[in-house]
Amino acid sequence: MSKKVLMKGNEVIAEAAIRAGCRYYFGYPITPQTEIAHYMAKRMPESGGVFLQAESEIAAINMVYGAASTGARVMTSSSSPGISLKQEGFSYLAGAELPCVVVNIVRCGPGLGGILPAQSDYFQTVKGGGHGDYKMVAFAPESVQELYELTVEAFNVADRYRITVMVQGDGILGQMMEAVEFQDQEKIELPEKPWATTGTEMKRPHNVITSIYIDPEVLEQHNLKLQAKYRLIEDCEVKVEEFNCEGAELILVAYGSVARIAKSVIKLAEKEGIKVGLIRPITLWPYPSKVFDKYVDQVHSFLTVELSAGQMVEDVRLAVNGRKPVHFYGRMGGMVPTNQEIIAKIKEILGGVAK
Amino acid sequence: MKKVFQKPHALVDIPQHYCPGCTHGIVHRLIAEVIDELGIEGSTIGVSPVGCTYNNYEYFNCDMVQAAHGRAPAVATGVKRVFPDKTVFTYQGDGDLAAIGTAEIVHVAARGEKITTIFVNNAIYGMTSGQMAPTTLLGQVTTTSPFGRNVAQHGNPIKVCELLATLDGAVYVERVAVNNIKNIISTKKAIKKAFQVQLAGLGFSIVEVLSTCPTNWGLDAIASLKWLEENMMPKYQLGNYKGKDLEV
Repeated sequence: MSKKVLMKGNEVIAEAAIRAGCRYYFGYPITPQTEIAHYMAKRMPESGGVFLQAESEIAAINMVYGAASTGARVMTSSSSPGISLKQEGFSYLAGAELPCVVVNIVRCGPGLGGILPAQSDYFQTVKGGGHGDYKMVAFAPESVQELYELTVEAFNVADRYRITVMVQGDGILGQMMEAVEFQDQEKIELPEKPWATTGTEMKRPHNVITSIYIDPEVLEQHNLKLQAKYRLIEDCEVKVEEFNCEGAELILVAYGSVARIAKSVIKLAEKEGIKVGLIRPITLWPYPSKVFDKYVDQVHSFLTVELSAGQMVEDVRLAVNGRKPVHFYGRMGGMVPTNQEIIAKIKEILGGVAK
Repeated sequence: MKKVFQKPHALVDIPQHYCPGCTHGIVHRLIAEVIDELGIEGSTIGVSPVGCTYNNYEYFNCDMVQAAHGRAPAVATGVKRVFPDKTVFTYQGDGDLAAIGTAEIVHVAARGEKITTIFVNNAIYGMTSGQMAPTTLLGQVTTTSPFGRNVAQHGNPIKVCELLATLDGAVYVERVAVNNIKNIISTKKAIKKAFQVQLAGLGFSIVEVLSTCPTNWGLDAIASLKWLEENMMPKYQLGNYKGKDLEV
């Protein structure tokens, strides 16, 4: 029997990681995700694991790199300014093909910005904030239940592809309490890791974890191998929710907590006789570009709503590819759009007249 | 015929890429001899730095992890926390350890992380072609201090052993040099003790090895050794800074 409990988003992420077999957590305090560290500091020792508060975000991600080299399940978490500092590590982790999970509870920027929710880290997550041609898988949960399920899944995907998986929430998701239902037994995939630096025990040639290949031909081959892996992930790991899209004249595109707002907007619009749908990317990378093809003929236009100046909207435009208008509505600085604001925008787009 | 001299098992039998007269090869060999003597090759994981020795993972027979610039102590921490019973060492130069990686080395020592750092100090950035390092001496000409290092513009060199010895978690701190046979023997003893300190679980251990960089110093091998003796040794006093009497 699984049981439902009321828990805070950040704590659920930490519990999910432990249930997924993560026994190593390295982090540095930053609002609004610090409850993850608080929870880990208590639960990791109880679970026979290690919680370590690093001296910096840079040190934390490099500790993750070290622990991941051994094949262990490992995680760090932070919020936007801290994630900026970890970009160096993300690039090295990608180059060395090390599996790990990183949580980003996004806050508003730029600079120190503020501590309130935002989605303005989309570019640095999916376009690669670090150097080189690399990708991270990025999950965007919309509820506390999904924070749990997708955090567990993040460890499986990380191991399956030897890749960093980011669970990207925002200050709303991290801080809010909701009912969550834990499984009695998590579905854990623990593949063999013959590449890991576990010590040779004098039984095999030495293993090396590295991201440097000085010979250009070798480095190009390494890059081609990475790109092939990314194409495979694009084929196999896209997650998307299509909500109320059949027959919709306008389709909203939103992820995370904004998708929750979009769902309320859809109900309100329906009362006013406007049929609105929602495409909710659950993976920000790989992006669910193909799903737009299903609806592009039927809709008047798309409206992307984000807590940013317009970041994901670029991927919507790439997916729609000029076939229909793609509009944008965003709030910044920790401000969150109301239902009424979005309804007004929808009416403006549709000419103020419901069909 | 009886073999009287050979490469240590912990050292891969391939040519190394270091410049003529460079002392990295000596330091590599000493580490490998110590790993052999302690019988820990199969349970040792080394961490390679950024710099001339970025690829020394090719030279050591134990498992190796290559780290970002300055981050080797953090990477080693991650490895050691997973494998508290295995031996973990970092190999770092002066730019890596004393400039970009200052925070990481200070905190690995402060935590008393049970790892060993072999710190090779040749007072210059080698790989990037001879820039001023935190350990570059006053008056020393480098590509980024073409008129010589001076206090007003660059500040004084960092003395790493003296700095780290102030931290409680650093239990074994020793500065050695590889300029002559006697000092090479002392270096090996220090490296061995540093590994033994780790095996005994006593805390963080570091051996700073004064080394040469003939290419970027613009000197030949013999003149480099002389320069090390006459310029580096007076500034960087050899000796034990902590943990001399530790029982291991």
